[in-house]
Amino acid sequence: MKALSIHKLEKTYRNGVVALKGISMDVEEGDFFGLLGPNGAGKTTTIGILTGLVTKTGGTAQVFGKDIDKEFEEAKRLVGIVPQEMNFNIFEKVIDIVLDQAGYYGIPRDIALSRAEKYLKQLGLWEKRTVTSRTLSGGMKRRLMIARGLIHHPKLLILDEPTAGVDVELRRSMWDFLVDLNKSGTTIILTTHYLEEAEQLCKRIAIINKGEIIENTTKKQLLSQLNRESYVLDLLHGINNVPEILGVTITKIDESTLEVQFPSGKSITALFKELERHGIIIKSMRTKTNRLEELFLDLVEDKK
Amino acid sequence: MKSDLISLYTILHKEVTRFLRIWTQTLLPSAITMTLYFIIFGRFIGSRINDIQGFSYINFIAPGLIMMAVITNSYSNVVSSFFGSKFQRNIEEILVSPTPTWVIIVGYAVGGVLRGLIVGLLVTLVSLFFTKLVIYNIILVILFVFLTSLVFSLAGLLNGIFAKSFDDVSIVPTFVLTPLTYLGGIFYSLSVLPPVWQFISQFNPILYMVNGFRYGFLGFSDISVTLGLSFLVGFVVILFWLNWYFIEKGVGLRT
Ligand SMILES: Nc1ncnc2c1ncn2[C@@H]1O[C@H](COP(=O)(O)OP(=O)(O)OP(=O)(O)O)[C@@H](O)[C@H]1O
Ligand SMILES: [Mg+2]
Repeated sequence: MKALSIHKLEKTYRNGVVALKGISMDVEEGDFFGLLGPNGAGKTTTIGILTGLVTKTGGTAQVFGKDIDKEFEEAKRLVGIVPQEMNFNIFEKVIDIVLDQAGYYGIPRDIALSRAEKYLKQLGLWEKRTVTSRTLSGGMKRRLMIARGLIHHPKLLILDEPTAGVDVELRRSMWDFLVDLNKSGTTIILTTHYLEEAEQLCKRIAIINKGEIIENTTKKQLLSQLNRESYVLDLLHGINNVPEILGVTITKIDESTLEVQFPSGKSITALFKELERHGIIIKSMRTKTNRLEELFLDLVEDKK
Repeated sequence: MKSDLISLYTILHKEVTRFLRIWTQTLLPSAITMTLYFIIFGRFIGSRINDIQGFSYINFIAPGLIMMAVITNSYSNVVSSFFGSKFQRNIEEILVSPTPTWVIIVGYAVGGVLRGLIVGLLVTLVSLFFTKLVIYNIILVILFVFLTSLVFSLAGLLNGIFAKSFDDVSIVPTFVLTPLTYLGGIFYSLSVLPPVWQFISQFNPILYMVNGFRYGFLGFSDISVTLGLSFLVGFVVILFWLNWYFIEKGVGLRT
């Protein structure tokens, strides 16, 4: 079963901005799907169309087989949304925001109450349930929107940059939460600017740029496209001069740290040996994070 | 269907909680203004005015003053609440849910009706300090006040749908509602006007509401009560349909 299937989706805003130029993509049930793209690429527009906040100007979309033109109410029941921008009433209490949302989905009060307790506790907001939402911190507001988006037990949860402006520790705990949710069967679509986040979480990744999907593949496949490997090497002894080795870019980060980049396929043992010949002993090494970032920039740059 | 009713109850509950929470802005002002009207027009000036159809001036204006409070409060409740939800974007909570359009309309409109009726009741209570309550036909009183309040709640919703700024929220009440209300026969009987103005007044819908409501209390009216009721029902149907049409189209709600 496809959790989401969109076909030639188009959107031209009233002011003439063409936000989507006929994008097509599928998301399988159970997937953890990353939708990546630079600012203004059309991510929020796509999500808006699926949730009824933006009217499409062309194409079709189905959520678990329910067409958003023909069976929108059924489709809406299956989707949960965590929007990019804060959109709750800042004068209302945390618990009321979650309970009212349950009400809009037709969930009886007693069930709503027990779910609200479950999610607010899981997201660390239970203690705050009776405060006015205005007084929450930015990270708490994000988590409140996650609880709100889950209250009707959607089969597909769409998060639009859920970790923007969230500190590292909290981001990790949100990742854990989302991974557990995905494991328990909820299909997740996530947009993000943090490529590390997509690398950590997503099974499949699509890259959208200027209203077009320029890549849609598994994360593994995407990473293997990287034709260069980058490593950070910690050295046993500090060095003064950076050695020159053919085909390898070596950058000195500090006295005893080097960054090396070399073409995939080249043996790393060979590189180590050569370094050793220059009297450089490697204490430890790590892969450079954000490898996706480079690829992403390459891809987006290519299509310009 | 059950799901729709829960959603309706949720909207309604939220609306009522809202105006009760800020009662000093929603319930109190009209009660105070109307007290002043009763003192000034009823007591000070009214005592120098001849009886109308056998009723003292204060008796004559009381129904109109109640109606005025009902009209303003119903309208402004819905327009400010709905526009407020648009402004804070929490209307999106409803839009992403499967809540059907009719539930949104009924929820907001009935919220406005409840505020209108509560304020109407408060003003009625205030009037008891100045005059005694005469009731000619309670059914008509209830019908007129309910339908009028519903009409202006629906009109407020329509305004809220189109409003883009807080200015748009106050334009209609200031430039349309207030003049029409003052010229709607609250303070005078149509017969005191020159023929031209009598003719023009016929196009003022509020005249029919005020007169019909007054008929329920005092048993006389400048216009046909049946015509008044028909107009009200017609307005409800038309306004409901307009709201439904524009919400379905996503006017002011979807980009
Ligand atoms: N309401 C609107 N009216 C007109 N143009 C809009 C509207 N909303 C978005 N756009 C335009 O549509 C394009 C896509 O915007 P969208 O918000 O979908 O991008 P995004 O990928 O979510 O970007 P970001 O990462 O910055 O959130 C942009 O050029 C944007 O300016
Ligand atoms: Mg966006």
